[in-house]
Amino acid sequence: MDIRLRGVEPADEERAAVDALLGPPASAWEGGARTEADLRFATRAEPARDLLLPALHAVQDRVGWISEGALDYICRRLTVPPAEAYGVASFYSLLSLEPRTPRVLHVCTDLACAANGSAGVRQRVEAELGPPGTTWVDSPCLGLCDRAPACLALTAGERPSWEIDAPEVTPVPQRGQAGLTLLRRVGTVDPSSLDDYRATGGYAALRRAFELGPAGVIREVTDAGLVGRGGAAFPTGRKWAATASQPDHPHYLVCNADESEPGTFKDRVVMEGDPYALIEAMTIAAYATGCAKGYLYIRGEYPLATARLSHAIATARTRGLLGDDILGQGFRFDIEIRRGAGAYICGEETAIFNSIEGYRGEPRTKPPFPVEKGLFGKPTVVNNVETLVNVLPILERGPEAYRAAEPKLFCVSGNVARPGVYELPFGATLRELLDLAQPTGDVRAVLMGGAAGSFVTDLDITLTFEGTRAAGTTLGSGVVMVLDESVDLKGILLRIAEFFRDESCGQCVPCRVGTVRQEEALHRLSKRVTSDDLVLLREVGQTMRDASICGLGQTAWNAVESAIDRLGVFK
Amino acid sequence: MIPLQPPRRLIDVEIDGEVVRVPEGSTILDACRTAGKDIPTLCHGDTLTPKNACRVCVVEVEGSRTLVPSCSRKAETGMKVATSGERSTSSRKVVLELLASSVDLSTTPRAKEWMAEYGADPARFGEEAARVEQPVKVDNELYVRDYNKCILCYKCVDACGDQWQNTFAIAVAGRGFDSTISTEFDAPLTDSACVYCGNCVEVCPTGALSFKSEFDMRAEGTWDESRQSQTTTICSYCGVGCNLTLHVQDNRIVKVTSPHDNPVTHGNLCVKGRFGYGYV
Repeated sequence: MDIRLRGVEPADEERAAVDALLGPPASAWEGGARTEADLRFATRAEPARDLLLPALHAVQDRVGWISEGALDYICRRLTVPPAEAYGVASFYSLLSLEPRTPRVLHVCTDLACAANGSAGVRQRVEAELGPPGTTWVDSPCLGLCDRAPACLALTAGERPSWEIDAPEVTPVPQRGQAGLTLLRRVGTVDPSSLDDYRATGGYAALRRAFELGPAGVIREVTDAGLVGRGGAAFPTGRKWAATASQPDHPHYLVCNADESEPGTFKDRVVMEGDPYALIEAMTIAAYATGCAKGYLYIRGEYPLATARLSHAIATARTRGLLGDDILGQGFRFDIEIRRGAGAYICGEETAIFNSIEGYRGEPRTKPPFPVEKGLFGKPTVVNNVETLVNVLPILERGPEAYRAAEPKLFCVSGNVARPGVYELPFGATLRELLDLAQPTGDVRAVLMGGAAGSFVTDLDITLTFEGTRAAGTTLGSGVVMVLDESVDLKGILLRIAEFFRDESCGQCVPCRVGTVRQEEALHRLSKRVTSDDLVLLREVGQTMRDASICGLGQTAWNAVESAIDRLGVFK
Repeated sequence: MIPLQPPRRLIDVEIDGEVVRVPEGSTILDACRTAGKDIPTLCHGDTLTPKNACRVCVVEVEGSRTLVPSCSRKAETGMKVATSGERSTSSRKVVLELLASSVDLSTTPRAKEWMAEYGADPARFGEEAARVEQPVKVDNELYVRDYNKCILCYKCVDACGDQWQNTFAIAVAGRGFDSTISTEFDAPLTDSACVYCGNCVEVCPTGALSFKSEFDMRAEGTWDESRQSQTTTICSYCGVGCNLTLHVQDNRIVKVTSPHDNPVTHGNLCVKGRFGYGYV
């Protein structure tokens, strides 16, 4: 590709950061020092567009922001047009194209934190550090809802670091209890030790998978009736079978750990507490669907989960549990971690492909579906973390035993004494779950499924996909956010509207402009209720639901609608 | 000249209860047009891969939970399509309102007609409704970028990028409502990779991109399409032989376009054909 660069030189530090990721430039054509040979022969750079986001991260991590020179150097190294690289860099909220201090504090102002006093934290931070922008920023949900109100400080440098400023809690209040399936190791087994993982039943499921063969694994998963836990509840077995049968190769596996739905933190807790389980589950999924390469896309706000999984993947590789010949079975599979950079939309199953490939994280039109044309245009199976780790008990116990007590994770936060991730078998009621989490006041409403979900007041809802659907709500990603009388519901609605406005990718009109108009109408309604504005909200909401490209726009009005209809917020 | 295509199987699609027969691979929009339905489109370009970003062409397809963009979805045998149900007309109305309340559609062909047809009232979002507000970018002598009129259809980006020109001077930057078409770091075009082929202006559906000649004449109030004649001729610069359509007002060339149905160039030109008419 013939690209025109700006000719701005990077600082030494920026160059070093990019070279540390990509290796030194092979020739002057890629940005190295010019030699005699370079003038005689032009070399053709291998396109490596998919390394664009990692390269942008490398500079952001080292310097704290991305300058013109740094972007130009990345473009030269990867043969990416600068306008496109700028479009990608400006898409992500964790990447800054303006100078920032090396240490930036991300103050969560999202739902669970707002219900637990983030406004006060914000005020204190502003008094100490001044207006937001260069030293601190408002942040959408950090996935630390169990520790609300939370802040995350990211420090750039040669060894980038991070720290969490939030109340300490036990992420799994049921820790160590008998009968836990998905959470049985979290908080009780050393997450860094592969030996401890194997001593507590690890890698039994993979051995069983090799006995069953790929078709056998898919049969067991289908028989177990496993459906996706990311929100859409699509049958996992069908997805795997459809991918496995595609004649086009290679097949790819993508684990969606871009958990950004406000109120969701289960995948973080599982990844931090039981990283090898995810690696084993990904290996089984890859074996069943014929993938040699898996991408684990972890959201950028999860540095601890990223660190634990990097360590676990490296350990598994040295022990022959990832690589060319897994467990001596001749099966080849490896996992590459990709970090998100602050974009809720990248959790959408096709936006995640664009993000990994180095494009703006905009959703693609479906059809074609990922099983047919996914990552790099090849058949791809995309699964959420919780969905994947459910494959382990299916293979360990057999589909019948699994169905008899199918586990589900719930992220309980808001006004409760014991927030955290709870595991309950399907069929428990909301009331039973809240009895465990202990609401601190009179429950006014429960937000199910996060910002894309809806409010309910009936605590006798059965927590199954069918039960919540019958009650006009959704399990979604398992968010159960409890709001009591102390919470300003109008404020929560405004925050939901602001969230969708900020996180809309901007591709389609209903969502790009509709989310803005929704927020404006809610601002007017919270001052004065008029029937015109209520009609307007409904029409815009219905258009977003009917005509948006992806699930973000389609669900952006759910919570507001339920608050108007069920909670009578604007009566 | 119409190039020969390999024969294609015909399929039957039901549009508003009427069965129409279209070649396999046609879009729902093609089928609707065959059936004589007038579906509004904005981001759809006859020479580009549909991006289906504007969502003004949505129709109902039986069995589909959401509305379907007719410009990009392929028609399938037995598909039942409703073009003017309550859901799709309501969505079109709101989409037109959302667009007209955020950008200037005054130079968008047919926008006014569609707004009247669907009863769109952009004023109902109030005076405070956020609008795209950017100064008009006049940074070269050939064409002008007025993003206050931009509906973000991506057509200019696709024409500049891998669909036609492979220059990649512009891309979408930012996110959500703040998204805009931009060069790297919003640099002026003269510092960018732009080669001034004007193919982005050719495909722009709203007049956000316009030739400097047209922009200046509109500013003076002398732009008058009723006084213009169009003459299609052949570019005299090189041996490719691109078709040029000269738009002439008062015996002066005021802009140059190129027929989109030309089987070789598909409406694309280079800087010489597009702008090099000063010697005439």
